[in-house]
Amino acid sequence: MSHANPLPQSAKSTQSENLNARYFFTKFGVTNQLLEKCLAEALSRGGEYADLYFESVTAIGLGVDEQIVKTASQGTSAGCGIRVLSGERTGYAYTDNLSPERLLHAARTAALIASGPATHPVVGFVEPKLRDLYPVPLGGFDLDLAARLELLLKADRTARAYDPRITQVRAGFSEELRHILICGSDGAFATDTQPLCRLNVFALAKDGELTTKGSAGGGGRAGLEQFTGTKSPEHLATEAARGAILQLGAVTAPAGEMEVVLGPGWPGILLHEAVGHGLEADFNRKKTSAFAGLIGQSVASSKVTVVDNGTIEGRRGSLNVDDEGSPTQETVLIENGILKGYLTDKLSARLMGGHNTGSGRRESYQHIPMPRMTNTYMLAGEDSPEDILKSVKRGLYAVNFGGGQVDITNGKFVFSASEAYLIEDGKITAPVRDATLIGNGPEALKYVSMVGHDLKLDEGVGTCGKDGQSVPVGVGMPTIKLDKMTVGGTGR
Amino acid sequence: MTDAQPSASQLDLESLAFDLVQLAINAGATDAEAAVSEGDEFSVNVRQGAVETLKEAGSRGAGVRVFLGQRSGSATSSDLTPDGIRQLVEGALALARVTEPDPNAGLADAAEYGVAQGDFHLFSEDVYSLSGDERIQWALRAEAAALGADARITNSEGGSFDAATGRKAIANSRGFVGSYQSSSASVSASALAEESNGNLQRDGWWSSARRLSNLETPESVGAEAARRALRRLGARRVATQQVPIVFAPEVSRSIAGLIFDAASGDAIWRGASFLAGKLEETIAASSVSLIDDNLMILPNGMGGFGTSPFDGEGMPSRRTVVVENGRLLTYLNNTYSARKLGQRSTGNASRGLAGAPGIGCGNLYIESGSLSPEEIIGGVENGLYVTSLMGFGVNLVTGDYSRGATGLWIEKGELTHAVEEITIAGNLAEMLKNISAIGNDLVFRSAVAAPTLRIDGMTIAGA
Repeated sequence: MSHANPLPQSAKSTQSENLNARYFFTKFGVTNQLLEKCLAEALSRGGEYADLYFESVTAIGLGVDEQIVKTASQGTSAGCGIRVLSGERTGYAYTDNLSPERLLHAARTAALIASGPATHPVVGFVEPKLRDLYPVPLGGFDLDLAARLELLLKADRTARAYDPRITQVRAGFSEELRHILICGSDGAFATDTQPLCRLNVFALAKDGELTTKGSAGGGGRAGLEQFTGTKSPEHLATEAARGAILQLGAVTAPAGEMEVVLGPGWPGILLHEAVGHGLEADFNRKKTSAFAGLIGQSVASSKVTVVDNGTIEGRRGSLNVDDEGSPTQETVLIENGILKGYLTDKLSARLMGGHNTGSGRRESYQHIPMPRMTNTYMLAGEDSPEDILKSVKRGLYAVNFGGGQVDITNGKFVFSASEAYLIEDGKITAPVRDATLIGNGPEALKYVSMVGHDLKLDEGVGTCGKDGQSVPVGVGMPTIKLDKMTVGGTGR
Repeated sequence: MTDAQPSASQLDLESLAFDLVQLAINAGATDAEAAVSEGDEFSVNVRQGAVETLKEAGSRGAGVRVFLGQRSGSATSSDLTPDGIRQLVEGALALARVTEPDPNAGLADAAEYGVAQGDFHLFSEDVYSLSGDERIQWALRAEAAALGADARITNSEGGSFDAATGRKAIANSRGFVGSYQSSSASVSASALAEESNGNLQRDGWWSSARRLSNLETPESVGAEAARRALRRLGARRVATQQVPIVFAPEVSRSIAGLIFDAASGDAIWRGASFLAGKLEETIAASSVSLIDDNLMILPNGMGGFGTSPFDGEGMPSRRTVVVENGRLLTYLNNTYSARKLGQRSTGNASRGLAGAPGIGCGNLYIESGSLSPEEIIGGVENGLYVTSLMGFGVNLVTGDYSRGATGLWIEKGELTHAVEEITIAGNLAEMLKNISAIGNDLVFRSAVAAPTLRIDGMTIAGA
C-alpha cells in the first residue's frame, strides 16, 4: 500500500502501452514463452482451444458504524485459471501459485478433458487495440484512506441529521483493483486493469414500536471523483434516511394483478430478470430457456427496445474486454418488441455458429467463464413520466427495488419493491410496505403500454449471481407503465 | 491434485496461524487472531450423456485480524510465502491505525476459548476414492435416471458429481490454537419436463454427505429430479386469496433460517429485527422449538453439515435451544454482539478469512412434530402446498414477507394441479404464531432443516 499523491485527471494513459499491461510480466515473472508453453501443454491431449486467465486483485473495505470508524480490511489474491475446450466439453484447472511448474501442472490437468494426440497449434498472439472506459493512473489510484473515510463520515453525518427518528447509520466503502491477462490458443491476447468502487449507506428509523430501514448506494469503475451529484455521500445518505422515514408511514401493499408504473433507473432490474438471463446463449444452446427459438418473434410491446452495453464509460457493468479476451460491445436484445439476439461467449458462438458478443465473464480465476450481462437497459420512449402516472386509475408506482430472481426454464421472475406507492386516480398517494412483484419473462413486456423519455442508468450497485458466480452489472430504464403485473402484498 | 505453495504436505496450518499471531504481536499488535484455510475441489458436470465440464483445483489463504487497543484492522491474502505473510500482517496493522477505538472491540477472556471434546467425524478420505472415470459415471448415472424416468422428460440441465476437502485453523493471542479437517461429496441431477403444448418446467434434486458411502444412489437422485419436474407440468395461476399454506421441508427450512437471522445478536443490538426486545417472550406457536446444535452426529455416524469443534472465533461448539415451545430463550451471539447486549457468546461466530467475524448457525432445525405430511395436507380444505420459493422479499426489520412461490394446489385434503407465478405474503411475527401443524419428517439434507409446516393467514397474490 502506498500513499502517493493523486495524479491529476489529465494523466490518462493508454493501458495497452503502459505498465499496467505488463503487470504479470513484471510482478510475477510471466513471459510470452511461458504462456505459449502452457497453452501447448493444455492442448497436448487433443483439445481444440485453450486459454489462460491470470488475475490479481487487491481490495480494501472501510466501515463507519455508530459514528465510529469500526472496520478496515484489505485483501489480495492472485491466480490463474486454465481452460481447454474439446467439442462441447470444458476442462478447467486453476492455481494460486504462478510458478512455471504449477502453471504447467494446471495446464496438464485441464488438458485431460481431451484424449489423443495434439491436433491444434497455438497461434501467435495478436493484441487488439481496446477501449479505455475506465482510465487508471499509472501505478494505480492513490490510496489516501483519509479521503475515503471522509466520504463515510460525511454520509454518516448527513443521514443522522436528516431526521431525529433516524436511530442507526452504517456506511461502507469498498474498492478493488483487478489486473487481468488473458491469452488463447487462437492468438487472443488482452490485458486490462479494472477499478471498481462502491459507497453504501444503511439507515434505521424508529417511531414508537415501529422500526424501518432504508439503504442507498452508488459506485462504478472510476476513482473517488465519481462520488459527486447523485453519487455524493450526502445524496446517498439522504436517500437512505428518506427511505427509512418514508416506511414509517407505509401502508400494507396491495395483492393481485394491477397496473404498475416503474420509475427510472434501478427498476431496470425488471429487464435483467425478465429477459436478460433468458437471452444468455448457454441456456438457449441447451434449449433450457423459455426464450429458446424465439429469435425474430415478438416478445414485447413495439415500444420496447432493450440493449446490453458493456462500453459505457465508468459504469459498474462496463468492461474494455470480457474475461475471454474479446472486446465488449453494444448488443441489441429486443428491438421494437422483436427478439433480436442472444448474449454469447466463445463457446456458444462457436457451437451456435453466431457472432461473439463479448459476453464471456467469470467471477475469478477459480471460475469457468459463461455468457453474462454487462449494463442492460431499455431505450427511452416519448411519454412524459407525469402523463404515465396520470393514466393510471388504480395501481402501484415502484421506484426502488431489492433483488430479483428468475427461473430460466418457465420464465417466471420476481423482483422485490423496497420503495413503492399506491396510485389512485392518477395521483401518487400512500407509500406501501415491501412487496414482491412476479411475472412471466416472455409475456411481461408485452404489457408495456407507455415508455417515458427519462432513461436513467442505476447508481452502480448491482451484483448478478449465476451458477454460484457473482459479477458486477448495471441496469437502466425510463419510467414505464405495465398494463398488468402481479403485486404480492397482503392488502386489497 | 493440489496446487500448494508450499506443497500441502509441508503446510502446517496450525503453525502458520500461530506464527501469524506471533508476527502481529511482535509488530506491535496488542491482540491478534489468525485464520488459515486450504481446500481442494473436484467437480464434473455432464449433459445429454457427455461430459460438459471437468474442474479440479486447490487453493489456500490466510486472514489476520489485529488489535491496537480497541482499534482493529484485518487483511487476507492467497500469498502464503514469507513475503506475503509479512505484508499481510503489516497491512492489517496499517489499517488498524486508521480506525477509531470501539469500546466493545477486542478478544474474549482466555477462559472462554476452547475446543469441544470428542471426534465429530467431519472427514472421510473416501470422497476422493473414486477414479476420474467413476466420478464421471456417477454424474452420468444421475442424469440418465432423470432422462429415462418418463417420456415427458425431454431435456436436461445435466448431472453432476462434486467432491471437496478442506482444512481450517484458527489461532489467537489469548492462547487458542485449533484446527479441523472436513470433507463432502455430492451428486445432483436437473431435469426438464415438457408438456404437449411445448411448455417447459425444470426441477432438480441432490444428495450430499461427508462420506461418499453415505450418498444416495445417483439413480434415486435422478428419479427424484424427474418426479419433481413432472409434477410442475400443467402449472397455472390461482386467484388472489387467503388460504392455509403448507411448506414442504425443502422450503420450511428457510423459515428456520429467518428466525435465526432475526434472533442474531448483530440484528438485535442494532434494533434491526422484528425480534428485538422479545427475549423470553412467546414469538411462535407453542408447538415450535428451534435448536442450533453445532455438535450433532447424524444417524449415519458422521458429523452434521454444520458440526464443528469450535466456532469462527475459537469458542467451543455447543447445542443451543433458541426457541422452546414458542418462547425465545436466547439471542445468537459472537463475542462482539454479546458485549453489545451484555450477554455471553453462544459460540455462533462465523468466519471466512476476511474481516471481523459474523454470526452463523451450525445444525439449525425446527423440532419434529407428530403429524405425517399426508395428515397435514389432508387437514386442508383449500390451500397451497409450496415446493419452491423465489426472490429475496423478506424484511427482517419489519418482518414483512413476500416471495414468489411454486407448488401444488390442495383441494379437500388432496394435492391436485401445479401452481406457479404467484406470491405468498404475510408478516413473520404473525406467521410464526400461525404455525398450526408440524410434520414428523425432519431430515438433515444440509445444515438447516425443518419438517413440513402449515401456516395460516397468509395471502396469495395471483391472477
